[in-house]
Amino acid sequence: MPSNAFLLEERIPAGCHHALLLKRGYALRLTDLSGDGNVGLLAFNADERSERYNMADTLKAQHTHKLALGNVLYSDMGRPLLSIMGDSFGWHDTICGTTNAAMIEATYGLNDFQLARNGYYRNGRDGFLMELGRWGLGRRDLVPNANFFSTVTVDDEGNIGLSEASYQPGAWVELRAELNVLVILSTAPHPLREGPAAARTSEASRMPKPGLPYRTEARRHEHATATGNHSRRRPLHGPHQRRAAGAPRGYGRQ
Amino acid sequence: MARINAGQRVRLVDTEGNEAVDTFFFNAEDPRERYSAVDTVRRQRNVYLTTGTELVSNEDRTLLTIVDDTCGRHDTLGGACASESNTVRYAHDRKFMHSCRDNFLLALLNWNEDFSKRDLGPNINFFMNVPLSADGGLRFADGISGPGKYVELVAHMDVLILISNCPQLNNPCSGFNPTPVEFLLWDA
Repeated sequence: MPSNAFLLEERIPAGCHHALLLKRGYALRLTDLSGDGNVGLLAFNADERSERYNMADTLKAQHTHKLALGNVLYSDMGRPLLSIMGDSFGWHDTICGTTNAAMIEATYGLNDFQLARNGYYRNGRDGFLMELGRWGLGRRDLVPNANFFSTVTVDDEGNIGLSEASYQPGAWVELRAELNVLVILSTAPHPLREGPAAARTSEASRMPKPGLPYRTEARRHEHATATGNHSRRRPLHGPHQRRAAGAPRGYGRQ
Repeated sequence: MARINAGQRVRLVDTEGNEAVDTFFFNAEDPRERYSAVDTVRRQRNVYLTTGTELVSNEDRTLLTIVDDTCGRHDTLGGACASESNTVRYAHDRKFMHSCRDNFLLALLNWNEDFSKRDLGPNINFFMNVPLSADGGLRFADGISGPGKYVELVAHMDVLILISNCPQLNNPCSGFNPTPVEFLLWDA
């Protein structure tokens, strides 16, 4: 996909949070630029936000505990919110949730705003809440998220582990909105990720540095679905988005 | 729905075997704090629940601990059956079958109308067998429970327990024959 085909292109620093409204028929590509990435994702029907991504219904309807090409993310109302229509990665986690402040401190050490200003270590739970709060949602809506670019394997006894296969610089996944979808993202580390406090052999902090970004790109899917004429549709925007180079005018801040 | 105070014990008995008991918990003082399947899995680094498993909340605190288990393994990733998921998984004519979601919503709304669907998350399925495979699969398999098997828990804080004895008839989770379970609560 040439970069000028994207309507929007944004870089999300590691550890941060972001949201966007993705209209039905539009697609989002997430790219893990560093290979160290994890993108936690929650999804809501933008028109009825009590309808949301449901981990358990997604897994049992597709007899899977991983997400990959061809899978859909089901809502609790039995409808696909997002479809995985492209995937260079192959195995995205669904069963580990996200990090909280205590976990990040235990894993990576204390590095708060007072110490590090905007380089401080953030966590997934707080990031999700700050983003949910912007859209009128809250703690009740923080359900189990998907974790893109993290592979979690399970052995016969049920023990889980984060796979080394998770390290894939440039890995990408494309998600097509099947309804108007509010997408909430957190780029905090995966909760099974071992940091310097847990793996003392590590030479440096494995907390991804701010500035080693993830990239999100929204674009209109070329293949309009059978029920919709998408030529008149416009993507809805989250805050602080800029027009991607080459994108048609009119897709900027609204 | 029932209240369990800190220190009290609760036992669920699969009286006739091969049942699935969909169960969810809230902090009784702050129901925005609730059972979290993924935090439970993440903390113990294992997807199955058994003796020693701490049931963890969305605030990363221990709600209850499983202290005895004669079944051996319980699921927390399969969620609750619903008319919506039954329709997706089986057929459109299953829409009007009874479901755990109906039980959950009715019990929640009867308890307190401050509750809504938003307060639900993936629950525990006691006695239910949902094996995960090394290649990423997940399936609902024949039960490993039997008549009289039980699971026992102790509460670490005052909690509300929400139970639906699963009425599912489309898969083997209740052996295609939902049967009674016994709920026992006592001061330890």
